[in-house]
Amino acid sequence: MKVTFKIWRQDGPHAQGNIRDYVVEGLNEDMSFLEALDHLNELLVLKNEKVIAYEYDCREGICGQCGVFINGRAHGPHDNITTCQLHMRSFNDGDTIVVEPWRAASFPVVKDLIVDRSAFDRIIEQGAFITAKTGTAPEANSIPISKEVADRAMDAAACIGCGACVAACKNSSAALFTSAKINHLNSLPQGKAEEHKRTAEMTFQMEMEGFGSCTFTGACEVECPESISITNIAEMNARILKSKLLR
Amino acid sequence: MPLLWELDSESFHLSFISNSQCMKLDSKIPEGPLEDKWRNYQVKSQLINPSNKKKLNVIVVGSGLSGAGAASTLAELGYDVKCFCYQDSARRAHSVAAQGGVNAAKNYQHDGDSVFRMFYDTLKGGDFRSREANTYRLAELSAPLIDHFVQQGVPFAREYGGTLDNRSFGGVQVQRTFYARGQTGQQLLLAAYSQLYKMVRTKKVEMFPRSEMLDLVVIDGKAKGIIVRDLVTGELKRYAADAVVLATGGYSRVFRLSTLAIGCNGSALWKAHKKGAFFGAPSFTQIHPTALPQSSEAQSKLTLMSESLRNDGRIWVPKEKGDTRSPNNIPEEQRDYYLERRYPSFGNLAPRDIASRAAKERIDAGYGIGKLKNAVYLDFKHAIEKFGLNTVKDRYGNLFNMYNKITGIDAYKEPMQISPAAHFSMGGLWVDYELMTTIPGLYAVGECNFSDHGANRLGANSLLQASVDGYFILPNTINNYLATELKEEHPSTDHPAFEKAEKETKENIDRILSINGTKTVDHFHRELGKVMWQECAMSRNKAGLEKAITQIKEIRNSFWSDVKVTGTHTEMNTELEKALRLADFIELGILMCTDALEREESCGAHFREEYQTEEGEAMRKDEKFAYVSAWEYDQGDFRLHKEVLEFEFVNPSVRSYK
Ligand SMILES: Cc1cc2nc3c(=O)[nH]c(=O)nc-3n(C[C@H](O)[C@H](O)[C@H](O)COP(=O)(O)OP(=O)(O)OC[C@H]3O[C@@H](n4cnc5c(N)ncnc54)[C@H](O)[C@@H]3O)c2cc1C
Ligand code: FES
Repeated sequence: MKVTFKIWRQDGPHAQGNIRDYVVEGLNEDMSFLEALDHLNELLVLKNEKVIAYEYDCREGICGQCGVFINGRAHGPHDNITTCQLHMRSFNDGDTIVVEPWRAASFPVVKDLIVDRSAFDRIIEQGAFITAKTGTAPEANSIPISKEVADRAMDAAACIGCGACVAACKNSSAALFTSAKINHLNSLPQGKAEEHKRTAEMTFQMEMEGFGSCTFTGACEVECPESISITNIAEMNARILKSKLLR
Repeated sequence: MPLLWELDSESFHLSFISNSQCMKLDSKIPEGPLEDKWRNYQVKSQLINPSNKKKLNVIVVGSGLSGAGAASTLAELGYDVKCFCYQDSARRAHSVAAQGGVNAAKNYQHDGDSVFRMFYDTLKGGDFRSREANTYRLAELSAPLIDHFVQQGVPFAREYGGTLDNRSFGGVQVQRTFYARGQTGQQLLLAAYSQLYKMVRTKKVEMFPRSEMLDLVVIDGKAKGIIVRDLVTGELKRYAADAVVLATGGYSRVFRLSTLAIGCNGSALWKAHKKGAFFGAPSFTQIHPTALPQSSEAQSKLTLMSESLRNDGRIWVPKEKGDTRSPNNIPEEQRDYYLERRYPSFGNLAPRDIASRAAKERIDAGYGIGKLKNAVYLDFKHAIEKFGLNTVKDRYGNLFNMYNKITGIDAYKEPMQISPAAHFSMGGLWVDYELMTTIPGLYAVGECNFSDHGANRLGANSLLQASVDGYFILPNTINNYLATELKEEHPSTDHPAFEKAEKETKENIDRILSINGTKTVDHFHRELGKVMWQECAMSRNKAGLEKAITQIKEIRNSFWSDVKVTGTHTEMNTELEKALRLADFIELGILMCTDALEREESCGAHFREEYQTEEGEAMRKDEKFAYVSAWEYDQGDFRLHKEVLEFEFVNPSVRSYK
């Protein structure tokens, strides 16, 4: 299989970037998309060129470290998968594949296809936790939680923090990411004590980081590898209101 | 002490193993009956008052379950903590990838579980190659760990009545595994990450992502700091502390193809080893029976399919060699459910080492299936018939989705194809009961130490071990050392030892960049992986291991003369990162083969072909090998020390899962 990659190259955060073309042969459809890039990088090394920087770690769709724009879509042509789960069988021999980093003001480019998503960590830092010290927990079954509540909390908690939601959104909103975490913790009895504070502080931080506002286009939901629903955002908005009244 | 059927409480001593070399190894096991040891330890260990804790700094390398657990808890206790990871965020440590679950002796299912039974299962699962006292403590602390994670908001699976649900895992006959869909590791890690960031917010933890430890700094024989490469700028940085904790996870990427993340490495351990930390049982590696098979040479990773699938899935191969029919067209009587046939009482839930070896046996004998004939089937047909599609979806939905995303196959309609893959390092830095290595002030927690799992780890026991090490054990043992350090001066990064370590690191990097050879880093990693997989994985033999050592030494020579790494060291350079990790893996590979060669018995995952029964089962040799090997680095060579295992409370039985 032979494809032409058009890849964004940028030396550093302040450097000028541009798209460069790479014709790559010798691929096969069982290769993952990232393995095709690995192959390209090996060829670049042998040609004495610098390798393309792109991110990954687990390569099984759970760590959230990978993520690039492929032919204009976050994580490539399919709904609800990560870049590392994409395989070359999704492309045809002779295709041109355009690869760019996430584009969002709050995710500055570090190098080539790598962006800085530390804004997410800072949102988490503002309250995505339960303030209880190690060693102070009561017996686990002393607080029953209905299966329904636990399942819904799990649906929201499944977020892998890849940032595709932000990248897919025309406003670069982080509402899906933030709402999923807030709903996960606020819906559990353990998270109730701090629910209003958490909602207020995490959403405040989200704004401080410069993420845009949500206009409910639903673009995020389609790209989310964990299929996290935008109903989370509506729920968060209701919680924001409540937190203003009750805090 | 609690008495259990098949156990003989008579103490069992092994006096034949030469003890002469064991001078340096003090495992510090506390006095008293098993169930009192941890309490006795805590009663006697030193405390540090809160105002003094503030004056002490601890470095934690790693932000997985063990690292994040340790860093956040140490910070809660009042220490100043610096935590490092190589990923862009602490939330991505490879603990995130654990699917199946975490064990705890809660006995919620009322099926006869107890701390003692869990201890015994773990010791037996590890084929009696771990310390009784450590293993008991692991089981003892398991129940409070579930309490802890529930408090931290982990959405564990629940019964309709609101209580916690359990499932079974391999190697045991009770249901003690807690799970959060097929994403248990993710949920535990995210809870740990949240707690870590709670402490970042209070400024008690400083977090350094995209930072890779490249050397350990030892001053007057004690661990006092690390050298780190900032992966964004390439800058080498020095960090000093009163104690250093390594929590860097498993090193099975030495096989290249494994279920680990691409960045997982053995470098921190290796550098510590070279500075004097003994390496415990380096060759004990778990090969997981249910990963996705390799499909091409370019493959970079083998994705795990959780062992929990073996609860309801049945493993088989066709009875006829080279049968090319689609699996759905092979009738029942022409299928060989070989695990059920060979191990009727555990069946598909036989422990991992046994299940992997049994798969290898069938594949090698020509019954393998799939494009490369390197796989076996894992079939849910019967489960779907018995429980209905919805129940199976509810239990394993996300695993089936993942399988579908990667292979394009719908496993509700045809069986999955699975194959063994390198998965977990039982081996790691040798630690005593306090989790301290042989370098004072250097601790190792989580998968990177050798502690509780012996020669084979039971499924769902290592999320447990990583968490318990980090949250409960280390924060209780580190005081004992730090109390003595209070009187010492705080180390300074201007100390000559820092200068020397940084200089050597820089020289190493310069050397790699200056080779400018003709082959890529990945080329050498593939070579290393092939040798390791061939000779040092599921089954091993003397000739093969000797050959492997020679081959790896050749790979080392050609790596250092012919590798090509482009770019510079003063920028983000992912190729350089890979090269530095591989250089350490190559040396570690030699040690692993050396260890496997030295152990002339079969135990757990370590299967030496020369030592097997007529039926092909492992033959353990307790008279000679009931010890933990602890290797000392000696100028490019390795010297063996032995920690003799004394079984005071159980009598090592022959492991049988028939
Ligand atoms: C696919 C898979 C599935 C699994 N499923 C289960 C399961 O169901 N149940 C179970 O109990 N166990 C399971 N395990 C095992 C278990 O997940 C691990 O043993 C455990 O999570 C390891 O935790 P850890 O904290 O020791 O290391 P990790 O979580 O791997 O963390 C290592 C940390 O060290 C950092 N690090 C590494 N090297 C360096 C360096 N040189 N410099 C700086 N930082 C460094 C990394 O950035 C990371 O933060 C599974 C393992 C795998 C691979
Ligand atoms: S590399 Fe981990 S999600 Fe893609």
